[in-house]
Amino acid sequence: MRFDTPAMTNPIDQGKVVGQRIHRIDGPLKTTGRAVYAYEWHDSNGRYVYGYIVGSAIAKGRIRSMDVSAARNAPGVLAVVTSDGIGDLKKGKYNTAKLFGGTEIQHYHQAIAVVVAETFEEARAAAALVKVDYAEEKGAFDLEAAKDTAVKPEEGEPDSAAGDFDAAFETAAVKFDQTYTTPDQSHAMMEPHASIAAWNGDELTVWTSSQMIDWWRTDLATTLGIDKEKVHIMSPFIGGGFGCKLFLRADAVLAALAAREAKRPVKVALPRPFLMNNTTHRPATIQRIRIGAERDGRITAIAHESWSGDLPGGGPEVAVQQTRLLYAGANRMTATRLATLDLPEGNAMRAPGEAPGMMALEIAIDEMAERLGRDPVDFRIINDTQVDPEKPERPFSHRNLVGCLRTGAERFGWQDRSKQPGGRREGNWLVGMGVASAFRNNLLVPSGARVRLDREGIVTVETDMTDIGTGSYTIIAQTAAEMLGVPVDKVAVSLGDSRFPVSSGSGGQFGGNCSTAGVYAACVKLREAVAQKLGFNSPDELTFSGGEVRAGDRRMPLAQAASDEALVAEDRIEFGDLDKTHQQSTFGAHFVEVGVDVATGETRIRRMLAVCGAGRILNPITARSQVIGAMTMGVGGALSEELVVDTERGFFVNHDLAAYEVPVHADIPHQEVIFLDESDPMSSPMKAKGIAELGLCGVAAAVANAIYNATGVRVRKYPITLDKLINGLPEVS
Amino acid sequence: MQSPGALEISRRDLLVASAATVTVASTASLSHFQTSTAAASQSTKISFTVNGERRELQLDNRTTLLDALREHLHLTGTKKGCDHGQCGACTVLADGRRVNACLTLAVMHEGEDITTIEGLGQPGSLHPMQAAFVEHDGFQCGYCTPGQICSSVAMLEEIKANIPSHVTGDLLAPAEVTPAEIRERMSGNICRCGAYSNIVEAITEIAGRKA
Ligand code: FES
Ligand code: FES
Repeated sequence: MRFDTPAMTNPIDQGKVVGQRIHRIDGPLKTTGRAVYAYEWHDSNGRYVYGYIVGSAIAKGRIRSMDVSAARNAPGVLAVVTSDGIGDLKKGKYNTAKLFGGTEIQHYHQAIAVVVAETFEEARAAAALVKVDYAEEKGAFDLEAAKDTAVKPEEGEPDSAAGDFDAAFETAAVKFDQTYTTPDQSHAMMEPHASIAAWNGDELTVWTSSQMIDWWRTDLATTLGIDKEKVHIMSPFIGGGFGCKLFLRADAVLAALAAREAKRPVKVALPRPFLMNNTTHRPATIQRIRIGAERDGRITAIAHESWSGDLPGGGPEVAVQQTRLLYAGANRMTATRLATLDLPEGNAMRAPGEAPGMMALEIAIDEMAERLGRDPVDFRIINDTQVDPEKPERPFSHRNLVGCLRTGAERFGWQDRSKQPGGRREGNWLVGMGVASAFRNNLLVPSGARVRLDREGIVTVETDMTDIGTGSYTIIAQTAAEMLGVPVDKVAVSLGDSRFPVSSGSGGQFGGNCSTAGVYAACVKLREAVAQKLGFNSPDELTFSGGEVRAGDRRMPLAQAASDEALVAEDRIEFGDLDKTHQQSTFGAHFVEVGVDVATGETRIRRMLAVCGAGRILNPITARSQVIGAMTMGVGGALSEELVVDTERGFFVNHDLAAYEVPVHADIPHQEVIFLDESDPMSSPMKAKGIAELGLCGVAAAVANAIYNATGVRVRKYPITLDKLINGLPEVS
Repeated sequence: MQSPGALEISRRDLLVASAATVTVASTASLSHFQTSTAAASQSTKISFTVNGERRELQLDNRTTLLDALREHLHLTGTKKGCDHGQCGACTVLADGRRVNACLTLAVMHEGEDITTIEGLGQPGSLHPMQAAFVEHDGFQCGYCTPGQICSSVAMLEEIKANIPSHVTGDLLAPAEVTPAEIRERMSGNICRCGAYSNIVEAITEIAGRKA
C-alpha cells in the first residue's frame, strides 16, 4: 500500500480497540519470567558452550602479536578465535568501527578475541590468559581540544540558512550568545548485548537482541561473507535498546565465528563493563546559540552551531536539527561540524540530535526570555510557527505546541512560580520550576506484515518488527483487532524473526506508527480476501465487527472465510512525499519542579509533567510508559549521566552501572503525562506519530531551568552536579 | 603481523594487558596462573530447594547463584544485567530474604530455600504483585521486572518486620509503607526503561491491600 494522500476515514477511526487502555499482551510473560531473551534460548538437544570476549587495552594502534597458548591450554577450552588470526572481515554497512577482525585497533575494548569453553567460568578464566603485544599510537580523545580541527561533514545538511542572520543579529534590539556542552552518554539498557549462534551446515541461526532485524541480518551476512538467505535472526524479546541495538554488534559476530570454530552452538554476552567502550554512545557536543529579538519578544535572528566528534568515517551528532523548525524568526542559520576522535563509535541514542540539541536550545530560550523580561511560557508561545521557518510555503502537518504549553502551565500551577530566581525557600530547600518545549521529528519508514485468519477465527500477525519495551506486541494486536473486528485476545502476534516480512524496526520513534501502518496494509488485503471468499462484492462497504462481516442485512461469521483453508495476506506500507510537502513533527511541553538543598547543592526532582501532541495515541497505557521512561532518562541527562573520558588513554572510565549513574527509584517522583487529543492524517492511515523520543527532548533543560529558578545559578555544562552549583548558593548561616 | 622478534620482546618486558587481560611479565607468573586456574575449576555438589523443588547440582565452585539458576537449571526468569551487584536484575529470595544472585556463589546456599520469579506465579495464576505490575504497566522491556517483583515482595516483608531504612524518620515507631520508603528500599533495582512511577504505584496497591 502506498500512502501518498492524506488518510480519509478508515476502520481505525472507530477506536473500539485502537486508542483504548489495553494492558500489554506480553505482560504475563514478562512479569513471570517466561519471556525468553537472547541469551536464554534453551534447546535441550543443543549443548551450548560459552564464548567470552577479549577487548583491546589500547585505544589506537595495532596488534603486533597475540599469545593464546595459555588460554588454549586452560581447562575446558574448546577454541580461541583471534582478530589477527582471522584477518580482515568486511565491515557491515551500518557500523563505523569494525566489530572484529584484523590487527588495527580503532578504539578501547574493541573485540580482539573470543575464547570458547565448556562453561562460562572456564571461558572467562581462560580469556584472562590471552596476552597481547600492541604497537600503541597517539590518538585524539578530547573534543574541546579537537574542536578547532572539526570539519564540515560530507553527508547530510551540515549548513542551513534563511534570511541574513548576521545582519539581523547585529541590529537586534536584544541579543544573546552562549555556549553549552553535553557529555558523552551511554544507553545503559538493562539487557547487555547477547547472542547464541548455531550453524547447521552453511546455515546460521542467531538468537540475539536487536532493534532492527533486517539490518542485523544483512550486516552479519556481509561480515561473515555468506549469503543473507543463509542467516536466520531471532529476537522476540529485547531488554531495552535505546539505539544501542540498532546496528549489528560484536556479540553476534563473535558467537557466529566461535560456533563455526568450535563446531558447537555458542553463547556470547557482552559483560556490562564492555557496553560503554565496545559498543556505541551518544557523542558529546559543544553548542553555541545566538538569538536576537525585538523588545516585544519576537525572535528576529537565531543561530545554532554544534561540534561533536567521531571515528573516521563516522557522523556528527545533529544537535541543531530542531532549531531549524521549532521557533519563528526570519533570519537563521545552523552549522554542524565534526572532529575526528579515537573514542569508541558515536552513534544514535534515543532522539539523536534533538535530545542534546534541546538540552542546549531550551536553556538558551529560558535565558533569552529572562533577558527580555518575559515569562518563558509566553516567550515560546509568541515565537510559535505553523510553517517551516526556512521554507514558509511548507506547513506543519499538525502542530499544537501552544496547546501543550498552555495546558501544561495550567495543570502544573505555573502561575505559582517565583519570578525571582532563588525566591522560594522551604526549610533547607530552594524550590524552583522550569519549563521546556518538547520537539522531535516524525519519521516514516516502510514496514511490512503478514496476517493470517484461521478457521477458529484467530488472526495471526507476523512481522520482523521488534518490541524493545515500546509495546509493539500490544499495539499491533490492537490494530489487527480493529481492522478485522475481533477482540484483542483473538489476535496472536509474532515478532522479531527474520523469516517474517521486513518491518520498520524500532528506532527514531517511527516504529509504533510505521509498523502498525504495515499491519493495517496487510489487514486491508486480508479484508479483501475475506470479502471475496464470503461472496461480498465491494470490500469498502463492509463492516468487520464482533467477529462478523456485515453488508446491509447480510452478516457472516469472519471465521467462515477460513473454513476450508487459512487466508493469508501480506503487504507493506510505503510512504509518498507527504513528509516533504508537509513538515511532520511531534510536540510537547515539559514542566519540572525541583528542590535544591541550600547547604549541599543536591537537586531533588519534586514534580514532573509532560504534555504531548503527537497524533493519535494508539494505546494510552504503553504511550504513557514511553513518556515517563523518557522523562526519567531526561532526569539522568540533567543531573548525573556522563561518560568520563580519560583523555590520555582514550576510553570511558566509568564503564559500569555503579559509576555511570542512571536514575534510580529514589530519584524519580510521581510523573504526570497528558496527551492532547489529536490525529494526523498526513503521517499514516493510523494517523499516529512517534512519542517515545519526544518524551526525552527538553526534559533535561526543564530541569536545568528549574534549578536556575530555584537557585539563581545558571549551569551550561551538563550534567548539573552539585559541585557546579555549590559556589553560587546563598550563604548558609 | 606476528613476527617472532616482536613476540620475543613482548615476552621480556613489553606486554600490555587490558582490563580483561592479566599482565604476565614472566614465565614464572604464567605457570602460577595456570595452577590457580586449575585449582579454581574444582567443583562441589550442592543441594538446595528451588521454588519448592529439591535440586542437586555438581557445580564449578566459581558458579554464581545466578548462573546456577540460569545456565544449569534453565530458570532464566532471573536476569543478568551487570553480574556485579549494581543493577538488581538478578534479585531472588534466599530463605525469604532478597539477594543479588550474581554476587553470591551457588555453593554458599547449600540447603537453602530459593524462590525465583518463576516460583511466585505463572501466566494464568499470577502472584498479586505480578498482577499489579501488569495492571500499572510497571515495566516496558521487562528485563528488570523479575528483579523488581522479587525485590518488592521481600521489601514489603522487611517493612513489616520493622527493619528501618535510610529515610525512616522515627526508629522507634513502626516502619510504614510510604512512597518515600518504597523508593528508597527499591533503589537497588534499576529500571533503565524508567517505569519507576508505575512500579511504585503497583507496590503501593499491593501494600495497601495487605495492610
Ligand atoms: S546482575 Fe546482579 S545486580 Fe546486576
Ligand atoms: S522494564 Fe526495561 S529496564 Fe525496567
